[in-house]
Amino acid sequence: MSAPDRKNSVPYILGFAMAVCLACAMLVATAAVGLKPLQERNARVDRLTRVLEVAGLIGRTERLSAEEVIRRFEEHIEPRIVDLESGEYNDGAVDPATYDPREATSDPSQSRPAPSNEARVSRLPINALVYHVKKEGQVEQVILPIRGYGLWSTMYGYLAMKRDGRTISGITFYEHGETPGLGGEIENPRWQAKWPGRKAYGPGGKVRIEVVKGAVGPPEEAPYSVDGLSGATITSRGVTNTLDFWLGEHAFGPYLDKFRTHQGAST
Amino acid sequence: MSKATDALTEPLFDDNPIGRQVLGICSALAVTTMLSTSVVMCIAVTAVLLVSNVSISLLRNHIPPSIRIIVQLTIISSLVIVTDQVLQAYAFRISKQLSVFVGLIITNCIIMGRAEGFAMQNGPAASAMDALGNGLGYSWILLVVAFFRELFGSGKLFGYPVLPLTTEGGWYEPNGLMVLSPAAFFVIGGIIWVLRAVKTAQVEEESVVEVHEEVVPTAAPAHPKPEAAREIAPAM
Repeated sequence: MSAPDRKNSVPYILGFAMAVCLACAMLVATAAVGLKPLQERNARVDRLTRVLEVAGLIGRTERLSAEEVIRRFEEHIEPRIVDLESGEYNDGAVDPATYDPREATSDPSQSRPAPSNEARVSRLPINALVYHVKKEGQVEQVILPIRGYGLWSTMYGYLAMKRDGRTISGITFYEHGETPGLGGEIENPRWQAKWPGRKAYGPGGKVRIEVVKGAVGPPEEAPYSVDGLSGATITSRGVTNTLDFWLGEHAFGPYLDKFRTHQGAST
Repeated sequence: MSKATDALTEPLFDDNPIGRQVLGICSALAVTTMLSTSVVMCIAVTAVLLVSNVSISLLRNHIPPSIRIIVQLTIISSLVIVTDQVLQAYAFRISKQLSVFVGLIITNCIIMGRAEGFAMQNGPAASAMDALGNGLGYSWILLVVAFFRELFGSGKLFGYPVLPLTTEGGWYEPNGLMVLSPAAFFVIGGIIWVLRAVKTAQVEEESVVEVHEEVVPTAAPAHPKPEAAREIAPAM
């Protein structure tokens, strides 16, 4: 039997295909399993870095090693689990160290459909993961995860609120697909630096913070508005909608009410 | 020059995968807004190309002709997944910036093109040279494009400010077009123009303008016909 005939026979083709698949599957599986611990550590350090950034505990250009990030995080920050509907802490039921809110949001048993909203958030987790920034045992800031739709994509970020539960102390967006140079400027530290000191809620308790067209003054002059991103009207509106939803009654509103009462009582 | 040296040097200028064959430009558009992502992309593509060319060349006499494309694709996609995993483990930030484009190396026409057009007919050493040559040919164009796009689009090189931006208190107003994909077309077009002005042999005659289809390597030997494959295969 000559080689070409053998190479065209059905058993040979099937056998060859099987062998190639097996070899490739082994290669991929080895790489995926072998590198998983490193990847998970990277993802965790990345997340912790964002939290430290929005809390103002790490410089934007500062480069820390993974160990330093973890140490600084554990020193200053306490993750807490919050039941979104009631606004109560729920650390007993879920371990904040291992909880993955993003995974929970896509799991029907751990999430529920969100009421219709402008930020185009479709599902809400039952439990949210928030972070307390502590200084000498006192809660200084609370960091809330936020997400909402801009022009092209869902923008993921964190919002830091001062201990009064009304004043914004920082914002960051760490994952988005907005146009670089236009809507993508939501990740620009210079724009994010315009946020601290603005008031999230108006006197009536309604969410009032808004990204507006053009430039506004410092927080003392314009407590409820932030400069819009030029050339990115829809992204700017998306940021407004995102905050409106997450600070509102369907998301962190009830929790922030309780947080304020609790902070008021403890001081 | 020996065949191996030719395989290495030809793709640099004379038969550049992007400049001459216009292959693999999809990723040249997507990742070239910054030099740092482009460097990682170049390394990733060259590594995948090298390993895929060598392994396909080693298997070339055993791959059944009827399923050769799918076998090539299986090998290439496995290598790309491994590359993606390695980047996530050792270059996490860059791999996040590159996002889906690492995975899309699978569809990079250069890799399939070299596997089918070169590695299926040549030995592993020549195939390795061919892979390196094409990888470098792809890389230098990507880096030139990224250099211009990062410099004029964001006033930086490798993330370090070179032209102080007006938004940071400097004098340079960034060119917004450069951060968008079409800018890569202009730069690549410019490179092809320069290449063909210097190397006039690359200019196509106007009457017979070739349409370069993706994946089909125009400058490489044609698809092995069953007869040709039979000639190469050692008789048992």
